[in-house]
Amino acid sequence: MTMLEVKNIYKSYGDVHILNGVSFTMKKDETKVIIGPSGTGKSTLLRCINQLSPPDKGQVWLNGEEITDPKSNINKMREKIGFVFQDFNLFNHLTALRNVSIGLEKVKKIEKEKAHKRAMQELTRVGLEAQAAQYPAQLSGGQKQRVGIARALAMDPDLILFDEPTSALDPELIGDVLDVMKSLCGKVAMLVVTHEMGFARNVADEIIFMEGGVIVEQGSPKEMFSNAKMARTREFLGRIGALYGEEGG
Amino acid sequence: MALETLIESLPSLFDGLGVTLLLTAFGIILGTILGILLATGRSYASRPIAYLILVYEKILRGIPLLVLLFLIYFGLPQIGINLDAFTAAIIGLGLRSSAYQAQIYRGAINSIPEGQIHAAYSLGMNKLKAIRHVIMPQMLRLSIPGWSNEFTILLKDTSFAFAIGVIELMRQGRYIQVRDPDLVLIVYVLIAVIFFALVFSTNKILRYIEKKYQMAGYQTEVHR
Repeated sequence: MTMLEVKNIYKSYGDVHILNGVSFTMKKDETKVIIGPSGTGKSTLLRCINQLSPPDKGQVWLNGEEITDPKSNINKMREKIGFVFQDFNLFNHLTALRNVSIGLEKVKKIEKEKAHKRAMQELTRVGLEAQAAQYPAQLSGGQKQRVGIARALAMDPDLILFDEPTSALDPELIGDVLDVMKSLCGKVAMLVVTHEMGFARNVADEIIFMEGGVIVEQGSPKEMFSNAKMARTREFLGRIGALYGEEGG
Repeated sequence: MALETLIESLPSLFDGLGVTLLLTAFGIILGTILGILLATGRSYASRPIAYLILVYEKILRGIPLLVLLFLIYFGLPQIGINLDAFTAAIIGLGLRSSAYQAQIYRGAINSIPEGQIHAAYSLGMNKLKAIRHVIMPQMLRLSIPGWSNEFTILLKDTSFAFAIGVIELMRQGRYIQVRDPDLVLIVYVLIAVIFFALVFSTNKILRYIEKKYQMAGYQTEVHR
């Protein structure tokens, strides 16, 4: 059953056309990875989906409700869509635990004690129960990102959008974050923008290759890596494979 | 005897000090509440409102406090608004402080990364909740050093209330001087010392508060 439907999304900033008609669908608990060169609109596409930057044209549907409808309650819809940022965006004034529980407390109106308990469960799930009382500035990049993932998970989303979640991390910290993401596979739908080809190849149900604001090609990792139809896809994957190593994640 | 006159006058100086402290407290409270509202409005309200706030700030930062106090106390009665001197002084001090404080809070808001509010929205918070639970707590913490400065200025500027007849510390000093001109130097030195001690001790307290509520990773301490 289709959970997310993205229909013909267009987005420009001034004269710069970022997205030029992007459409795809996602099923419940599916993992899709978006790859493509920098400046191709991958991150913008994620922001169009949860309306952080509303698209100029096109529609986004989640569970049969149109998010892009101006009459829809966007705040209610965003509760169902987690977002994991490249630069974490943890709340600097709150401990790791409170970062995870604040959405439960202030948005879902769950009482403090219950919210903290739930937040602790999510921190344990990402391996950070010992860091619960620490502030973002006291955590490593990899730990921050895992708190970011726990924060998204605590809201019980149907879908989590990952915007290059490992791009700001030191290489030796990437593995921990990718492991957490792998462990979520099949439990929640994930749409991941990444350059981690190993992750794309081993974890994704489908890979979407974007360039110039459109989807050039999409298919299973197997099709894309060994049998891509478009010359541009083969060229990109070849180049990026040589750069990062295909088994990198 | 001059010394006796001075000792007899001390209670009146303390009365004046009490009024000065009241002016400071009410003035800073008014300035802080208004300042926070103005800064939040300027950063997040619709464009016309933000523009009106900008005009308000420019005007209040552009006229001398003494002129403002005279306008409120002597000017307003002409259009039917009669305020006693104490109230007029608090309003004048508070309004002016609000314009300066708004700048402090706006600077703090601008230094909070935009991603913080994006993260708040992503959790399903509306604008008001994001401001209240994410922006405001960080803004207030970041504003403490600037606020301490503004507090110090306001405390000292309460002495302008003298000019519209509020019987605060300066006015009490002036009474003593009139009664016994020989005491002029010692009285104003005494008043200077009182102001200095007030500023010094409140700054110590505020520095403590600043440290206590500092966000991890935002320490302003320099290790030498």
